[in-house]
Amino acid sequence: MVILKVTLRKMALSAQQIPRWFNSIKLSSFINSVQLTKRFPRAGQTLSHGFSAPTQSSSDNCCLRWGFKTYWTSSSRNSSQDADSSRQESSAAHHTLLPCGSEHSGRMPSGDSELPLEVSPLQPVSEEEAALISAHASLPAASFTLRDYVDHSETLQQLVLLGVDLSKIEKHPDAANLLLRLDFEKDIKQTLLFLKDLGLEDNQLGAFLTKNYAIFSEDLENLQIRVAYLQSKNFSKADITQMVRNAPFLLNFSVERLDNRLGFFQKELQLSVKKTRDLVVRLPRLLTGSLEPVKENMKVYRLEFGFKCNEVQHMITRIPKMLTANKKKLTETFDYVHNVMSIPHHIIVRFPQLLLCFHLAPGKEAWRLQTLMSVPHLHCSPEKRVFNTRLFKIKERHQFLTYLGRAQYDPAKPNYISLDKLVSIPDRVFCREIAKASEKDFEKFLKTL
Amino acid sequence: MGSAGLARLQGLFAVYKPPGLKWLHLRDTVERQLLNGLNAGKPPAPEQRVRFLLGPVEGSEKKELMLTAMSVPSLTTHRLVRGPAFTSLKIGVGHRLDVQASGVLVLGVGHGCRLLTDMYDAHFTKDYMVRGLLGKATDNFCEDGRLVEKTTYDHVSREKLDRILAVIQGSHQKALVMYSNLDLQSQEAYEMAVGGMLRPMNKSPMLITGIRCLHFEPPEFLLEVQCMHETQQQLRKLVHEIGLELKSSAICRQVRRTRDGFFTLDDALLRTQWDLHSIQDAIQDAAPRVVAELRKNLRSGVDSQQLPSAEQPQHSKGPSSTVQGGSCAKH
Repeated sequence: MVILKVTLRKMALSAQQIPRWFNSIKLSSFINSVQLTKRFPRAGQTLSHGFSAPTQSSSDNCCLRWGFKTYWTSSSRNSSQDADSSRQESSAAHHTLLPCGSEHSGRMPSGDSELPLEVSPLQPVSEEEAALISAHASLPAASFTLRDYVDHSETLQQLVLLGVDLSKIEKHPDAANLLLRLDFEKDIKQTLLFLKDLGLEDNQLGAFLTKNYAIFSEDLENLQIRVAYLQSKNFSKADITQMVRNAPFLLNFSVERLDNRLGFFQKELQLSVKKTRDLVVRLPRLLTGSLEPVKENMKVYRLEFGFKCNEVQHMITRIPKMLTANKKKLTETFDYVHNVMSIPHHIIVRFPQLLLCFHLAPGKEAWRLQTLMSVPHLHCSPEKRVFNTRLFKIKERHQFLTYLGRAQYDPAKPNYISLDKLVSIPDRVFCREIAKASEKDFEKFLKTL
Repeated sequence: MGSAGLARLQGLFAVYKPPGLKWLHLRDTVERQLLNGLNAGKPPAPEQRVRFLLGPVEGSEKKELMLTAMSVPSLTTHRLVRGPAFTSLKIGVGHRLDVQASGVLVLGVGHGCRLLTDMYDAHFTKDYMVRGLLGKATDNFCEDGRLVEKTTYDHVSREKLDRILAVIQGSHQKALVMYSNLDLQSQEAYEMAVGGMLRPMNKSPMLITGIRCLHFEPPEFLLEVQCMHETQQQLRKLVHEIGLELKSSAICRQVRRTRDGFFTLDDALLRTQWDLHSIQDAIQDAAPRVVAELRKNLRSGVDSQQLPSAEQPQHSKGPSSTVQGGSCAKH
């Protein structure tokens, strides 16, 4: 009997620490729990021998709450009161983004005040009732990871099933709090339907939401206004889908900001409206990223490298990524290509991909080949790469060709080697076709550099 | 895949560092490639949790709910919730190479980092190929430095170069003997010196155990240097000093390490081979040699400490040397 009383007191304490997310769960589960509490007094007789078949997992959540609620409210009238007030609470919680501690904690005292009246820890409880009290480990009130809450929150479970990477989102505490408090049925579903209307596929939603979780805090009307604005600028539906997929933050920008950005690119690059549109569709990151690197790169091309305006325009329309390339790596590569390999400007303009750093991991060149020419903007991993892979490849291959005496890049002369083939093809093909040597020779040569 | 992959990823391996790459960036790139390889494996089956939930009891007429133990799937160990399984690896670098130098660089992974210390304590020699250019002198002894002077080099011949290299080797040989702390009067030490196994087993300045000219075509020349406790900048300074000795001037164009201890160019992995499988294979291939060589050197290090040291003061030399001579005679 003493042990039972101790456990009952512990239950009282744990019931007080109901975590804040408690109030933002599904309404239906509340309703279920209310029905269950009404049935509780009759179920008290049978003890828990023999474990039967599992219930559906959807009742998992409600059973958890039920475990708490039964202890609180052994009579049904209190449970219905709780259900009503917390129904109001959860609807209020949807529109708040910041942790609304005051509202939720406001619930606690009223719940607690009922406790001493109804069930005091010193009150004897029958054996059957005691055995049926489920003592769940309480969730931590604060945590640095969403792992603790994922099994108890349907929102998080649905997001994981969609493919959202929670381990990345939990690094931003505001985002994690936001997601915990949102209700799947109410808010998230609307936004997901909107994204699907835009044209995003199911398997792309995960990657999109991992990057842009803030879209849940945007008003649906604002998002629709922005899409309407883009359509008014003659972007087709497929274009808009592609832009949103490649630059997830696009729709978070207000209409006037988008307008300013588009105007900037048109003025700065002096391109026609159609060409600017194509550029932005191929690299929508231009609209969402900072404009300073673009201005810097334009100055670098004109002043430092000495390209003419029309040459710069040609290169940018071929490969938009040149606007956002890393200035230092660009300068190093250009220095080697122009000064050491003696390739004049007009040939570099024909093959601008020579200057760009695609971060090719070793051994992946075979499949990169297909995507390299068609997709100008390759997704690089978010870690900072200091290694200028492109420059190393150019250096190695150029030195090998010089050693073999085949380094001829002038189209007018015989034995001409096309510069786009110099870096884009994998090693095996390069050795066989261009250098006409074996791979072993190439490796031996590399070890003499 | 992950933990099995990690078990095979403990030991030493060699990498070919290309010129123009910092050793730290190389180490970070290798770590990133290994982590990508380890995290790319198949994710484990989802974990199940046992929870006591209310479920209907079979075999009773009334609709009752009982606490039953049920195994429910848990998302806590899901890849998207937990993040990547491996976030960092312990990778150490052996004898470093500076930015402009290239060649064999020994790296250790996991438990192999301990072996790096053993390799350092074994005081192995290293082989370098140093390419020099006569006629110029710069402030940092490299081609990209500020030009200090230009000289003629027509008077330089192969014989003069060889003579100077022989002088260098001789002076370093003397230093070698001194820093080895061995008394050459003893038979064992003499035999070691004759066999070329004399090595200082503690800190010392740069010592050249062997130097010769492989190729001489003025203004270029190629030297092969065997040395220990060196830095690449000291080798470049050596080239500059050789130029001065030849009454001309020289700069160093290339410093390339061809051997570090028992790791040679054949063992070194190129940039395209820096992925999980190649590195695991390289570690496995090198493992028996690593064990054998380190054991041999550890033993020879212990032996050399037991040999009479040259540093003992004269007055106590008599009795102690006979005592140690007696103990040496036993093995």
